[in-house]
Amino acid sequence: MEAAAVRAKADLSLRERAYGLTRTFLSRYGLILVLLILPVVYGIQDLNHDGNLTRLATNLKDGISNGAIWALVALGYTLVYGIIELINFAHGDVFMIGSFVSLGFFGTVGLTLTTGTFGLIGGLAITLIVAGIACGALNAMIERVAYRPLRNAPKLAPLITAVGFSFILQNIGLLWLGGQFQPVPDLINSQHDLVKVGGVAIQNDDVLAVATTIPLLLLLGAFVSRSRIGKAMRATAQDPEAARLMGINVDTTVSLTFLIGGFLAGAAGLIYALYQTNVWFFQGFRAGLIAFTAAVMGGIGNLRGAVLGGLIIGCVQQISDNRIGSKWTEAIVFAYLILIMVFRPRGLIGEETREAG
Amino acid sequence: MSTPAAKRLSELLEHDQRDRVLAAALILSAAILPFFFETGSGFIDDAVTALAYVVMALGLNIVVGFAGLLDLGYVAFFAIGAYTMGWLGSGFAYSANGGKGIHVGVTGPISQLPGIHLNFLLIVVGAVITTAIAGAVIGLPTLRLRGDYIAIVTLAFGEIIGRVATNGDDIHFGSYTLTAGSQGITPVDKIQLPGLSEFTSLDLRPWYWTALGMVVVVLFVNFRLRDSRLGRAWIAIREDEVAAASMGVPLVRTKLLAYATGAAFGGISGAFLGSYLNTVNADQFQFGFSIFVLGMIILGGLGSIWGVVLGAIALSFINTRLIPDVLNSVPSKIGLNFDLTQLSFGIFGFLLVIMMVLRPQGLLPERRRRIELTEGVGTGEEQLFEARV
Repeated sequence: MEAAAVRAKADLSLRERAYGLTRTFLSRYGLILVLLILPVVYGIQDLNHDGNLTRLATNLKDGISNGAIWALVALGYTLVYGIIELINFAHGDVFMIGSFVSLGFFGTVGLTLTTGTFGLIGGLAITLIVAGIACGALNAMIERVAYRPLRNAPKLAPLITAVGFSFILQNIGLLWLGGQFQPVPDLINSQHDLVKVGGVAIQNDDVLAVATTIPLLLLLGAFVSRSRIGKAMRATAQDPEAARLMGINVDTTVSLTFLIGGFLAGAAGLIYALYQTNVWFFQGFRAGLIAFTAAVMGGIGNLRGAVLGGLIIGCVQQISDNRIGSKWTEAIVFAYLILIMVFRPRGLIGEETREAG
Repeated sequence: MSTPAAKRLSELLEHDQRDRVLAAALILSAAILPFFFETGSGFIDDAVTALAYVVMALGLNIVVGFAGLLDLGYVAFFAIGAYTMGWLGSGFAYSANGGKGIHVGVTGPISQLPGIHLNFLLIVVGAVITTAIAGAVIGLPTLRLRGDYIAIVTLAFGEIIGRVATNGDDIHFGSYTLTAGSQGITPVDKIQLPGLSEFTSLDLRPWYWTALGMVVVVLFVNFRLRDSRLGRAWIAIREDEVAAASMGVPLVRTKLLAYATGAAFGGISGAFLGSYLNTVNADQFQFGFSIFVLGMIILGGLGSIWGVVLGAIALSFINTRLIPDVLNSVPSKIGLNFDLTQLSFGIFGFLLVIMMVLRPQGLLPERRRRIELTEGVGTGEEQLFEARV
């Protein structure tokens, strides 16, 4: 009798322990497992079908170069969220404006399909700076007009104005270039195969995306960790009141954060325009949600997380575009967003916000 | 009647009575309004749409205004309600019952047509049930999230439902598809109410009165809910979730009920609009619509029932009358060449920003909300970052 009771107890504790272990395992690796489902399933399918992984590798290559763009946009979300805990809903549309400014500026700076390599690189660098500054200024202006007056209001108030500004920017874009997709001159000959690595063709646009993103990321990283303004940003993110007591001008710091986020969005806008070779006024809404998903996936407030999330979402998106059909891609990305929000709201690397401590 | 307390009570009662008389007068004047216009006129058409939007805005107001859960995917419930109407009240399922169709409670020519044709009242009940379930399902994953994440998750759900509606003509169940995509399910049955002949698209007065009836019912339910135990629990959660939970408010049930109730109103309105517009088309269910409805309740005043009614009517008429008829010629007059109706969502966005910055309490604010926003928490400089929960 007693022995049975003891055994029952042991069973129970064993079961409980197994349950607990599964739980810990799922909460730690569940998201990674879910993320691996798509590549693994299609990898096996490719191996059965073609006997090699070229198609999957091409998807991943496209995903990484595409994801580099999302990473730049996601950084804007994560910087702003880290410092004032606001989802800057208009950020995606700032990115769209960046594409439009770039397209307009190609003509001004005299970039055409016949421009030589050095002229092209110089012209694009100037365009990058112009688009970045335009978007940075726009983003800082939005903060000044729509978010700063509402810092003391309930948290939902600035989110609502952000949505409002998103619509305003979309309609500015609509007025600017009309409701159709606008073609962008294929300045970099984007589909040209540069090198072939194991059957995967690396094209000009991939190189452009990665080669622009990496220096920007390194610059940003150094800026945030080393410079005075970067330190002020981190201090404000941790504790605005203490930062103010230490003599940091919180308002200026917040403005600068928006400026930097906008600059990155403008740069991303330029790359996107050259990468996709078309732009339209609604691209920002979709890009914004994808990039936000990326930021949350990495852990909001966390710069490395945003980059990682961007690359992963880029891959998910490419695989889905290529295998499932591009009309379902948005639904799949949003489903990922919901899954992450529900099961791992702190993201892969871990969020860095005041609430997270 | 001599004690101050009794005097105060009688004042309160008088105040209450005055409100009731005012409401009755308002509804009565709304009821006789169509007699002053031709029955097929554009004005009545716009008024019917406006009333349907009032129902929807009152539903969203429960979620956002009462319970303080920002829902950016409200269009999902419009979609589900409208599709319930489309599935159960049209020839869409043409092969149902071996091509003979299923008919419940319908008379006249519809009762001979193939497809599923249920009586409008049954469909409304169906729409309420499906949207309430959908509301609770969408609400479930948001329960533990903080405010701004709730907004994004609901937005994502709304977009997923929109995608499914657009691509639903690819999803097959036997010989049926889920939706008709952007082609739309059309025609949709006209409303048949017991004791009345079937509504037509020429005589709009019955539609108007049906919509008004819905508004009155929903208004009544809204007032009763607000003053009920549940309504007070919603407001308590909005004000301070932790405090509400520690006072014994069951968070999960209360929040889910807010989502489900709000969604059900959206479903009623969606079913009505599906029948009235005579089509259930995937292009109707865009993110912009969620913001359109959100704009109504922000314009009127979050949480204020009469404010929301005013906001919905105002924004609806701005959309159907003011922008296309009055303001549309303005750009060409000042030498610009564009179509202002294209920009209506930009105008709504502008409205959201202006309202939030200059008059966050709305046109007809709720008393509690006004106190909260103007005298309440977080006015001091030192509370700069603290009071935004």
